[in-house]
Amino acid sequence: MALQDELTKIQTDTLAQIAAVQDLSGLNDIRVQVLGKKGALTGVLRGMKDLTPEERPKVGSFANTVRDALTAAIEDRHAALAAAALQAKLAKETIDVTLPGRPIHRGTEHVLDQVMDEVEQLFMGMGYQVVDGPEVETEHYNFEMLNVPKDHPARDMQDTFYITPDVLLRSQTSPVQARTLEKHDFSKGPLKMISPGRVYRRDTDDATHSHQFHQVEGLVIDKHITMADLKGTLEVLAKHIFGADRKIRLRPSYFPFTEPSVEIDVSWGQTAGSDDVTSKDNGWVEVLGAGMVHPNVLKSAGVDADVYGGFAFGLGPDRFAMLKYGIEDIRNFYLNDQRFLTQFEQED
Amino acid sequence: MLVSYKWLNDYLPVTEDPIKLADQISRTGIETEEVFLREKGMKKIVVGHVLESVPHPNSDHLHICQVDVGDTEPYQIVCGAPNVAAGQYVIVALPGSWIAGHTKIKKSKMRGEVSMGMICALQEIGFPEAVVPKAYANGIYVFNEPHTPGESVFPLLGMDDPVLNLDITPNRADTLGMHGSAWEIGAMLNEKPHFKEPHAVENGDEITTLLKAAVPDQADAPSYHLRLVQNVQVKESPQWLQVRLWNAGIRPINNIVDITNYVMLEYGQPLHAFDYDKLARKEIVVRHARQGEQLTTLDGNDHDLVPDDIVITDGETPIALAGVMGGLSTEVTEGTHTVVFEAAVFPPTPIRKTAQRYNLRSEASSRFEKGTNHADVLPALTHAAQLAEEIADAKTAKGILSPTAMQVLPVIVDISIDRINHVLGTQLSVDMVRDIFDRLGFDVQEADGLFTVSVPPRRWDISIEADLIEEVARLYGYDNLPSNLPEATTTVAKFTPIQQLIRYSKRTLLAAGLNQAISYALVNEHEVTQYIQTNSVPTRIDWPMTKDHVALRQSLIPGLMDDLAYNIAHSVKNVALFEQGRVFLKDDAATVRPNEVEYLAGLVSGDWQSRAWDTATQPADFYLVKGMVDELLAPLRLSAAVRYVATDRHPEMHPGRTADIFLGDALLGFVGEVHPAQTAAIHAADTFIFQLNLDLLLNAAKTPLQAVPAPKYPAVTRDIALQLPEDVTNAQVLAIIHDQAGAFLEDVQLFDVYKGDKLPAGTQSLAYTLTFRNPEDTLKEEQVNAAFKQVSDALVSDLHAEIR
Repeated sequence: MALQDELTKIQTDTLAQIAAVQDLSGLNDIRVQVLGKKGALTGVLRGMKDLTPEERPKVGSFANTVRDALTAAIEDRHAALAAAALQAKLAKETIDVTLPGRPIHRGTEHVLDQVMDEVEQLFMGMGYQVVDGPEVETEHYNFEMLNVPKDHPARDMQDTFYITPDVLLRSQTSPVQARTLEKHDFSKGPLKMISPGRVYRRDTDDATHSHQFHQVEGLVIDKHITMADLKGTLEVLAKHIFGADRKIRLRPSYFPFTEPSVEIDVSWGQTAGSDDVTSKDNGWVEVLGAGMVHPNVLKSAGVDADVYGGFAFGLGPDRFAMLKYGIEDIRNFYLNDQRFLTQFEQED
Repeated sequence: MLVSYKWLNDYLPVTEDPIKLADQISRTGIETEEVFLREKGMKKIVVGHVLESVPHPNSDHLHICQVDVGDTEPYQIVCGAPNVAAGQYVIVALPGSWIAGHTKIKKSKMRGEVSMGMICALQEIGFPEAVVPKAYANGIYVFNEPHTPGESVFPLLGMDDPVLNLDITPNRADTLGMHGSAWEIGAMLNEKPHFKEPHAVENGDEITTLLKAAVPDQADAPSYHLRLVQNVQVKESPQWLQVRLWNAGIRPINNIVDITNYVMLEYGQPLHAFDYDKLARKEIVVRHARQGEQLTTLDGNDHDLVPDDIVITDGETPIALAGVMGGLSTEVTEGTHTVVFEAAVFPPTPIRKTAQRYNLRSEASSRFEKGTNHADVLPALTHAAQLAEEIADAKTAKGILSPTAMQVLPVIVDISIDRINHVLGTQLSVDMVRDIFDRLGFDVQEADGLFTVSVPPRRWDISIEADLIEEVARLYGYDNLPSNLPEATTTVAKFTPIQQLIRYSKRTLLAAGLNQAISYALVNEHEVTQYIQTNSVPTRIDWPMTKDHVALRQSLIPGLMDDLAYNIAHSVKNVALFEQGRVFLKDDAATVRPNEVEYLAGLVSGDWQSRAWDTATQPADFYLVKGMVDELLAPLRLSAAVRYVATDRHPEMHPGRTADIFLGDALLGFVGEVHPAQTAAIHAADTFIFQLNLDLLLNAAKTPLQAVPAPKYPAVTRDIALQLPEDVTNAQVLAIIHDQAGAFLEDVQLFDVYKGDKLPAGTQSLAYTLTFRNPEDTLKEEQVNAAFKQVSDALVSDLHAEIR
């Protein structure tokens, strides 16, 4: 048989074997048997030395074609078998993707802190400094400096825990106002502050009263602060905490340290712009107290009340959280039932 | 203050829907809590005339009554009230009527007798017990005047009169009388109220011939006035007066007492009535009580008086607590013939203290505490006398005894239009502001935008500019104010270092898996000395409300343990909490105000990781919470070393599983397992806690962050397993490794700890990976071997280690 016929036969036979082989090791065997150093093709090519110089290039060229064809066929077959093998492997690796993921422990911030953070964030964005003050206060700062002299009937409004006749647990965060006013250097610019913190009152704990709760005090003093500024600021606050569709209204009230004094209601249970008021609260819920700082408070702190003035407000994070999330018992905040705490897991 | 709509209409025309009016009042002046209409939900309740009343044959207490209810025939009604009698005009709920509590009345049979409805007590048609006249408290109500049978009772009993409940702030006590309320509502509605001038006929004897009065110290009663009325017939008040009282929440008693209450409601001026004949001496002297004096007040309670109390005396013996409550000995009763009316101004503070001392807060005392209209003392007194003439057939004695009196003048306050607009951010005109002052009934003069406002005595709450600005603002309407943000110079807002540290701590522990708790800062006597890390004297409150909250916490752990106990009691067994807050520490008992130190504490109890499909249950342990502390401290780049030193000094902690945490030499806190005796008491599983002093961390030296390039040269690691006596600690081994391993030691990791059967008794095995690196060059094998040998030798010689 001529060399060319042999080569053709090798090609035909080998292609048939390649097509038939079902695994990668079998394919490798074929490659070694045919294309390897001791393989069939190599063996045939050894016969080249007996060819005439004219025949040699032709046969050589033909041999290369066969080699290339077989190599290509082996590579294709290899790729196909490898893909099938991978497919089979992956099929075996299939898992139940509905099994639960491994939990990563993450705690939940207390809902009161969440509310206070929200308030802080808003006011810091408007350039208010966050100021802390002592929880054990003096009568001087808790009352006197805030225009509540001894025997003032307003002291009845907030029954206070005393340590001595002059020292008490602060019943409000307002003393921080007085302390900050006293220290502030107005030649360096206006005073804009908020003061979040814990306060105490002689209340018997029940669903709506707690002997311990929280307040955030706010104060802005400059030369041109108006009641319209107070209204605008509290509107921003109400929308930030309770939703962009909220409206506020101011109602006259009384606090010894502000004049005029107002209570702020936020629209509730009614859609913005609608006059259809159906809720039992007439569509409004009281959320905070505020007013223009009483001149006596400024004077007590050594601030010239003819030149400087401004507004103050005080809000209750406990009340805010109760309203915002529909919490019915204030004691929940301080008993720390883990099931209560963790329900407030949310993006911050 | 309960404000009757009908009464209000005596003074000014009010036609607004009461609900709308209430809302308007809330928005311009005084919070109006509710509008109350007693007849609401009731119907077909009419006047009945009892024609006949005979005992029920089958009952020992029921009566069978024939009642004219305006129908063609009388109705037979069975009545169980003991006071029912023929001739009475009574309240009848007809068949098909609705009475209080959504109860429907039907025709029925009672022990065999037909009953066409029900004769009612006031309580049955919605009157609270507290306002029902005592005579009718245990029976049906009987009208004291004839009425047309079948007529609705609602107008007769004032049940159709809307009543506004005003929640009055302490500064607006001027509205604690109907006159003041009328002024307030009139200003809002732009209507001037009109009041009748009181007038007493004075056809009795000269008062000076009957009574003397003195106030030796004018401060005790700066304005004190007495009138005397003679020939008094004490009886039930006319219906109209009873209605006004009970709609204002006050029980009718008899005409004289009712007059004092009525006049108080009218003017806001409390009055008192004494039975003249019961005065042992015909003399009234106001003074302070003397030690040892006693008084039985009208409520029948005995009081040992103290010198701070101001009392009214008969010249010798106290007969009333001034401004608070009268004495029983001079009470006006049915037999009273001559009455002394007192109208006065008493100083607020002593009145408040006395009322508090004897727990006798009354309508009168609360008005004296907050102030009264000094201009109305005499009109109120005269109106009382006039009413006594009208409804008690009295003759008023001529003259008034006034041992003290006050000159009552308007207060003048100046304010400019510019000031008002400057504070409110408005552009109100002079005319608008003048109109507001006019509505309030304030006389005002204006020139060049400067107002001179004359504030009448009835508005004693107004004395400075800011007060007038408030009046303008609320009557102009807060809704009409513009709304801006302050135009101010830019200010810097940033957290202070401690605020940052607190927020960092919170974030870290939240990320570590602890839930934030906020516990009570006031703890009990036992808790206040528990789990404390430094010596301190507790800060106690003077007058605790309960034993649970008597002193300020000195540690956050008792609060967290309370939280744990609460959770366990509610079947939450696996608890992971932290708290950030202040503790209150004092060096000695003489110090009053404690240092408020920011602390941070954590607690993990029970299983940290519950059993899951691929994980076994992982109970909390010491190293879990220690890891949290490490995690928290590492990023702070503290310059001094953090050391954990085993301690048994905390009585509430496990003596073998607790460490004090030191930063350098300073005690930073502690970490460990809560003593099993503590956890057993609350049925908790093993519980692990830590506590740190954040203020100390804040002030600790920190190493500033300085960047270094990522290592270029490879590291070499060597493992070493040691068999050691079991009392040798990891810290001791690490100290030797760090000391001996030379400059190229980069890291040491403990990767195995073994104690058990496979080792000789009294020994343990610890295994470490040491990582060496030369940042400047590739390390040579010999360098590492030399360092490693030095470490091994030292461990063998110093700690009797056996290298395994």
